Amino acid sequence: MTRPPERPRKRLPLHWLGVVPFLLFALLFLVLPTMNIVLGAFRTPEGGFTLENLRGLNTQSIRNAYWLSIKISFASALLGSVVGFGVAAAITLGGLPKFIRGPMLTFSGVASNFAGVPLAFAFLATIGPVGLVTVFLRTQLGLDLRLMGFNLLSFWGLTLTYLFFQIPLMILIITPALDGLKREWREAASILGATGPQYWRMVALPILFPSLLGTLALLFANAFGAVATAIALTGSSLNIVPILLFAQIRGDVLGDPHLGYALAFGMIVITGVANAVYIWLRARSERWLK
Amino acid sequence: MKQVWAWLALGAGLIYFILPLVGMAEFSLKMRRGVYSFDAYAKVLGDPKFQETFGYSVLMALFTIVFGILLVVPTAYWVRLKLPGLRPYIEFITLLPLVIPAIVIVFGYIRLYNTSSWLPLTGTATGTNILLMFGYATLALPYMYRAVDTGLRTIDVGTLTEAAQSLGAGWVTILARVILPNVLVAVLSGAFLTFAIVIGEFTMAALLNRPAFGPYMQLLGANRAYEPAALAVIAFAITWACMGLIQLVTRFSKHTRAQH
Repeated sequence: MTRPPERPRKRLPLHWLGVVPFLLFALLFLVLPTMNIVLGAFRTPEGGFTLENLRGLNTQSIRNAYWLSIKISFASALLGSVVGFGVAAAITLGGLPKFIRGPMLTFSGVASNFAGVPLAFAFLATIGPVGLVTVFLRTQLGLDLRLMGFNLLSFWGLTLTYLFFQIPLMILIITPALDGLKREWREAASILGATGPQYWRMVALPILFPSLLGTLALLFANAFGAVATAIALTGSSLNIVPILLFAQIRGDVLGDPHLGYALAFGMIVITGVANAVYIWLRARSERWLK
Repeated sequence: MKQVWAWLALGAGLIYFILPLVGMAEFSLKMRRGVYSFDAYAKVLGDPKFQETFGYSVLMALFTIVFGILLVVPTAYWVRLKLPGLRPYIEFITLLPLVIPAIVIVFGYIRLYNTSSWLPLTGTATGTNILLMFGYATLALPYMYRAVDTGLRTIDVGTLTEAAQSLGAGWVTILARVILPNVLVAVLSGAFLTFAIVIGEFTMAALLNRPAFGPYMQLLGANRAYEPAALAVIAFAITWACMGLIQLVTRFSKHTRAQH
């Protein structure tokens, strides 16, 4: 005795309900807080629309802070990309023993996550006023870093410190791209008579170019948003945007909260543009690296 | 010739990375004048504030991991199974925390959930703890989601679900006893990474005024000489342990899979 099969009932499409918790979480704790800041940047305390807050950014000290932040982020991103690329090329294509690659990538994973407060301590202990390298140079070689104009609490000091997480991040991101360079391309180039440098200049680098530039943008955003390292390293003595915003939120600097909104909005715009460049260029590079 | 360049690049990289580690290790041992000693470590480990803040951060990390798993695994599973068209959008959302600096997100929290808002989370200690946990979950989201989604790619989600359903399993059973064990390695990788992120996090905890490990380290750094270096060594060891555990579970899973 079999019953006639039930007619399939038309059901409301309820599949989307499964992602509601996630979307709700993202909305409440990611999107709305950010929107709140962005809208706040264009609002008067009474709730009306204004550009006055953004105009408030146009003071000497805030302009300097943005400029220094951008310089540090760009320098650490550029140097990080170049050195990271060199190391990644060395472990993938340089003919080094195979056993180096695994530990190097693991170490990159560790170092790229070793940011924040402890990283600042490590650099203070190394090239701070009484750090290992500083003392060694002074007592053994007679070189006084401070007299030579080096200061950890400066553009170069911060850049040097940021490189500790920038280089490993570059290695982690670019190694798969280097693995994607096909041997056939190299062989084809050398059959046609290309030398090593020619192969790099005319084949490999053009292919890698979008991923290189894209990673540069990602590293830039990464350094631009770094707060903890800068604060642990410099206290609040260095005038860069994250430290300024931190002080503003803490209420150390008595200003209006809407200037804080504007500062934060400026940060979002800059990291947002950098990441948009990254996403756009990555989409272009994936055409070749499949 | 090529190899010379390769060794040179590697060597320069190694010097740059090893020097700060040596520097902090050496400095942390110099507390007693003239000899190397573990005094700084004894001082740090014996500090009740250290134990308090470290315990707090470990607890927060565990809560964040549990919450992250409960949030990410069902979502990633459901998107793979029923809503593949939604994947790029969900993925985009999970990458947003890499774009929006943590300091901006927590600024938004303070504005949106303060005592005079519709959801006054910052009004109580418990509420602020929950808010901080959500913040940590947000920071870990890109890594957690990517790990789990990669794990789901290696298994046949549809077939496993249908097989479980035809044996009478409900959604909770499917998720807990079929899907989760199959992506356990990926989930553990995400969990260890979350742990490494949460344990040293500074910005969010400091601005929400919670007694976490990150702000404690910063405070000690502003006031002491040798203890911070000892803390840095400890923090580095924790990060290293987390990454090592990720490698271990990944290798372990490859091993078991090879036996089939």
